[in-house]
Amino acid sequence: MKLSSKHLLGLYKMPAKDIELIVETATSFKEILNRPIKKVPTLQGKTIANLFFENSTRTRISFELAERRLSADVVNFSSAGSSVSKGETLKDTARNIEAMKIDMVVIRHNIAGTPHFLTQVVKSNVINAGDGLHEHPTQALLDMYTLQEKFGKLENVRVCIVGDIAHSRVALSNIYGLTTMGAQVSVCGPATLIPRNIQMLGVKVFHHIDDILPKVDALNVLRIQLERQAGGMFPTLREYHRFFGVTKERLGRVDHPITIMHPGPINRDVELSADVADGPHSVILEQVLNGVAVRMAVLYLLSATE
Amino acid sequence: MSEMILFQDGVLIDPLSQRDGKYDVLIRNGQIESIKSSIELKKEYRIVNLKDKIFCPGFIDMHVHLREPGFEHKETIETGTLSAAFGGFTAVCCMPNTNPAIDDESIALFVQSQGKRANGGIVDVYPVGAVTKRREGKELAPIAELVQAGAVALSDDGAPVSDAEMMRRAFEYAGMFDVPIIQHCEEPTLAKHGVVNEGFVSTSLGLPGIPSVAEEVMIARDLILTQYTNGRYHIAHVSTAGSVELIRRAKKEKNRVTCEVTPHHFTLTDELVRSYNTNTKMNPPLRTQTDIDAIKEGLRDGTIDVIATDHAPHSLDEKEVDFLQAPFGIVGLETAIGLAMTELVHTGILSLNQLVEKFSVNPRRIVGKPITVEEGQEANFTFIDPNAEWKVDIGQFKSKSKNTPFGDRVLKGRAVGIMNHGQLFLY
Repeated sequence: MKLSSKHLLGLYKMPAKDIELIVETATSFKEILNRPIKKVPTLQGKTIANLFFENSTRTRISFELAERRLSADVVNFSSAGSSVSKGETLKDTARNIEAMKIDMVVIRHNIAGTPHFLTQVVKSNVINAGDGLHEHPTQALLDMYTLQEKFGKLENVRVCIVGDIAHSRVALSNIYGLTTMGAQVSVCGPATLIPRNIQMLGVKVFHHIDDILPKVDALNVLRIQLERQAGGMFPTLREYHRFFGVTKERLGRVDHPITIMHPGPINRDVELSADVADGPHSVILEQVLNGVAVRMAVLYLLSATE
Repeated sequence: MSEMILFQDGVLIDPLSQRDGKYDVLIRNGQIESIKSSIELKKEYRIVNLKDKIFCPGFIDMHVHLREPGFEHKETIETGTLSAAFGGFTAVCCMPNTNPAIDDESIALFVQSQGKRANGGIVDVYPVGAVTKRREGKELAPIAELVQAGAVALSDDGAPVSDAEMMRRAFEYAGMFDVPIIQHCEEPTLAKHGVVNEGFVSTSLGLPGIPSVAEEVMIARDLILTQYTNGRYHIAHVSTAGSVELIRRAKKEKNRVTCEVTPHHFTLTDELVRSYNTNTKMNPPLRTQTDIDAIKEGLRDGTIDVIATDHAPHSLDEKEVDFLQAPFGIVGLETAIGLAMTELVHTGILSLNQLVEKFSVNPRRIVGKPITVEEGQEANFTFIDPNAEWKVDIGQFKSKSKNTPFGDRVLKGRAVGIMNHGQLFLY
């Protein structure tokens, strides 16, 4: 079994069979991660460049760990202090790195579309580790893997993504992937943080969290960024917490358990109260482990494509 | 010894003299000697057979960026006018966002003298002066001097005159000289840092959007100011259905308003941006099918007066970057007639007569450079083969820049030559 593309740019129009294959492969890699010796020789001799043009701790560590668990050689590049700050273009940076015989490139960039641009200028496999406000496919894949583990399926699972949908690549990739897999997807947040025409992607829009809670199996709670307040998108964090915060009290009014996910890092007691984040229905740390397994699966499967 | 040219067997379309049929036209030393249904041949005539071709008063593109002075790596007046000539235009109006800007009579005069030198001066270059000094929107540019030095209109194009008070004063001051103010309508507090149309596509691509209301809010404001000041207002590159409706209503109220649309805004939608191809990035952005439908209706019913290209050359290196950093704009001179013929005439939206109005009669009236096709007048013509099928080949472009989303597109109808100032240029 092979993926239908040599790059992972996003989940937009990714066929269901590719998503299933990645989730299935991640399951076997997760088993390896639970062994005492967590390393396999799968990508021995392959070199992977992690190009991080935007700050990241979790995603970078997760990718690097996945690469090392597969025995790949890893080079890291981050834009601070690099030639990018000397005015070199992305095209030149990428071509120079590739000239050193790199097999795969993992790129995170603050501008949407840069991984797509990269595929036009380099020959390696390109993996999108987050591009601007566009996509973060490996995050959505690990979210779907986590849901699959929890519910045994994705079809008809009711998922609501809560928070700043307008500035979230996690939301967009989740919407693309989950709708492809037949899940019922909704979004909930202040009207100023819901992008225009989002319902055309096949999701329902809610502005009152208590309306949606009785109708969902899982919540994917997004980090709310303080800088959006300065941008006039919402008035205060306190008001946000009171009207959109996921709290124990709120969840207690619903008669069924709701699985809680969060892509991290959490603002405790803003979008998510501490007792819910650490509560019995939270799968947030499971997501982190699954992230390594999913990234191993993606790297392995892409290395087998041409 | 006088040079005599006989245009034979072509269809002359001139809405002003209400000619629309087969005419022979005899030219002596660049002047029209006679226009008749048939002219007897003489051996000293140079005969140009125009069978199956159309000829009409010379087309003008009233919205181009020639980039000189300041950005000669993108385009020069020499390459830009050659591009215009190959595109079928005998005149262009060049926008003042050069470096230095055309905010001073010396720059206006320089641009015109370069135009007269370029390609034997076959394409007239009419400068558009800046509304404000350095196009900064803070102080009026020397508008009287600019007009005296040949500026045919005023604009801060590339950016709007966003301050309402400044726009009011510009209307009042420019009104003394009866020149139009051409506004790039984009309310900056709504457009912010947007790069594509705000809507389904911007949402699904994660690119910051420019909402349709950014254009419409400024048009609505300016229309109110036009009425208050009796200014002359020309709206550049209309792109939304809402704008068309605002302008339609204003025209009913006899507001002194005219407007233009670009070929890309009646041809392409924002769906094309999904490729992240930076040649789909322009300002205003590509909009939706609903907007295209409204623009076509506006062209048909006369709400939209002019087709202009917003020819905006950028070098390959400048465009070959990520989508946010790429500059806005595409070249347009060499594809305009082909696109208008294909999308508007061959689809029955415009008659050939209306096409000539949009490319020649109306824009020439707006900038005060009309052409009379009558005996004794200078010959100024655009020649068109309405049924030629051709494929856009960017390798053949005469423009210094090749930034277009129309490469390899098959079009029906193209310009085949121009005549101006005694020079006949057929290709």
